[in-house]
Amino acid sequence: MTIEVRNLTKKFGDFAALDNVDLRVADGELLALLGPSGSGKTTLLRIIAGLDWPDSGEVSFDGENALSRGAGERHVGFVFQHYALFRHMTVFENVAFGLRVQPRAVRKDEAAIRARVKELLDLVQLDWLSDRYPSQLSGGQRQRIALARALAIEPRILLLDEPFGALDAKVRKELRQWLRTLHSEIHVTSIFVTHDQEEALEVANRVVVMDKGRIEQVGTPGDVYDNPATAFVHGFIGESIVLPVEVRDGAVRLDGKALNIAANGYAPGAAKLFIRRHDMQIGPAGSGSLEGSVKHVRSFGPIQRAEIALRGEGKTVIEIDAPRDRELQPGDTVSLQPRRYRLFAAQD
Amino acid sequence: MSEQALSHQPRDDVHTEPGAIRFVIVALAVLFLLVFVVLPLVVVFASAFSRGISAYFTALGQPEALAAIKLTLLIAAISVSLNLVFGVIAAWAIAKFDFAGKTFLISLIDLPFSVSPVISGLVFVLLFGAQGFFGPWLQAHDVRILFAVPGIALATIFVTFPFVARALIPLMQEQGTQEEEAAISLGASGLQTFFRVTLPNIKWGLLYGVLLCNARAMGEFGAVSVVSGHIRGETNTMPLLVEILYNEYQFVASFAIASLLAMLALITLLAKTILERRLDERQVPSDH
Repeated sequence: MTIEVRNLTKKFGDFAALDNVDLRVADGELLALLGPSGSGKTTLLRIIAGLDWPDSGEVSFDGENALSRGAGERHVGFVFQHYALFRHMTVFENVAFGLRVQPRAVRKDEAAIRARVKELLDLVQLDWLSDRYPSQLSGGQRQRIALARALAIEPRILLLDEPFGALDAKVRKELRQWLRTLHSEIHVTSIFVTHDQEEALEVANRVVVMDKGRIEQVGTPGDVYDNPATAFVHGFIGESIVLPVEVRDGAVRLDGKALNIAANGYAPGAAKLFIRRHDMQIGPAGSGSLEGSVKHVRSFGPIQRAEIALRGEGKTVIEIDAPRDRELQPGDTVSLQPRRYRLFAAQD
Repeated sequence: MSEQALSHQPRDDVHTEPGAIRFVIVALAVLFLLVFVVLPLVVVFASAFSRGISAYFTALGQPEALAAIKLTLLIAAISVSLNLVFGVIAAWAIAKFDFAGKTFLISLIDLPFSVSPVISGLVFVLLFGAQGFFGPWLQAHDVRILFAVPGIALATIFVTFPFVARALIPLMQEQGTQEEEAAISLGASGLQTFFRVTLPNIKWGLLYGVLLCNARAMGEFGAVSVVSGHIRGETNTMPLLVEILYNEYQFVASFAIASLLAMLALITLLAKTILERRLDERQVPSDH
């Protein structure tokens, strides 16, 4: 099932939760909506599900207008952030709910419902919990039951709102992998909302980065990480060093001093220079275009993270990641040269 | 070092008064309860049975007494069932939707609690009485509201309206709308959602509200007294009959009816305690 969203706008009072959003989701895709809180990602998800209605714009499933249908008629499986399991029903009855409320004409008989629920509980590997109540389950178990319940109605689309938001770090990691495996098995078009970039990059086929009700960039995880389209995306995804610079006479200048990097045709004026932490090359003093003194070094895993106070008016302190093989000591004077970088307009 | 060790010592006495003062405070509270709550209750039952058990049941068997009991049950049945429906609807609207004038509606629901019951009764006299707003029209069409069952029912409904709504609003607000949204997205209709998801979640709170509503509906005196007209055997509820019999020096009969109301109060209290315990158990958050 493909999903198409056109010119979608939704306001809550004066606050524009969605501002003219366009999006196409291909059949069988696993898409992440990534953004900070208030970026409109959950509102977009709820509108697709039919739990909220836009002020203007269109939503269509396979070219068919979805807005003319209520949430119950869209065959969308929705997994809520806090699971929203029915607290007075057992796990079994929770999963069976979508099958039991079907109109009598299409409703399965009791044996078929039992078989289907069993199948779903096997799928989420929790069939041994079928007689428990939601309050007796752990967070990760509730999450999987919520997913099984959503899948019971054989949804054409699966929507997940912050699916791992309320779980601790270890369970999150396991569930991420599990969700990706599950998706490759059932292959239903899925969209999940997250504010966690790592989650989005690790799980999704494509990532939609949102901010302030607008889509900033749509791309594969590699795309949005390596070729961020806007300053916001660069700053939001991955750790970045941001330096206020000025482009003048074809050179990029920090505190008036030209850095040894090309302006790539960037228009003269104030700009922001974005560099990934690991894209800053460290060399002996005098070998690069930036100079600074090492203040602090921490080593973990394959890298060491150094805090370096840049020489200059700004007294800027930046953090860079360097390979472990290079000896760094607090107090060392080093020179820095950006290997890769991006320039964006200063006002963002 | 020594200071740190000191500060880590548990100081039980910090928030506690000396034993003597504690004893005096508790004793005062118990004494107060004995004089103002237990003693009257004992007097009611003692007076009711002062001429023996047979006199007690004879008094209750009087046609007047039976009529009052029947009327009270009828009024309670009408007003509790209507307030059950209104209360659930009002609580549903307030807890699950956002609309203009919501705060106003909440304070309106509380109005019957803040108005003297006598005034509540008087409102209906002003509306439906012979000189009242609808009076002439009602007389012309031979409809009796005042000094009849409809008037008593109206006054009782008014006075007892807040109980169900008040019991449900905080409960429903706390539960939020996510379970309902989940039900809707799974294809449930509005009614299915209500009966399969919302109602089971609020049933203990609802029962609690109904219980208190019923106790008040049966015990209401002021509002009912104004609209009843005190027609013997016709428009006297139990509380009204208690007063009438007492004024006629029929103490045993009066206290016999009063003892029924007192028993209702005790049963209500017991059921309320049990329900509150159930509600507390349900409050344990099911997520997080």
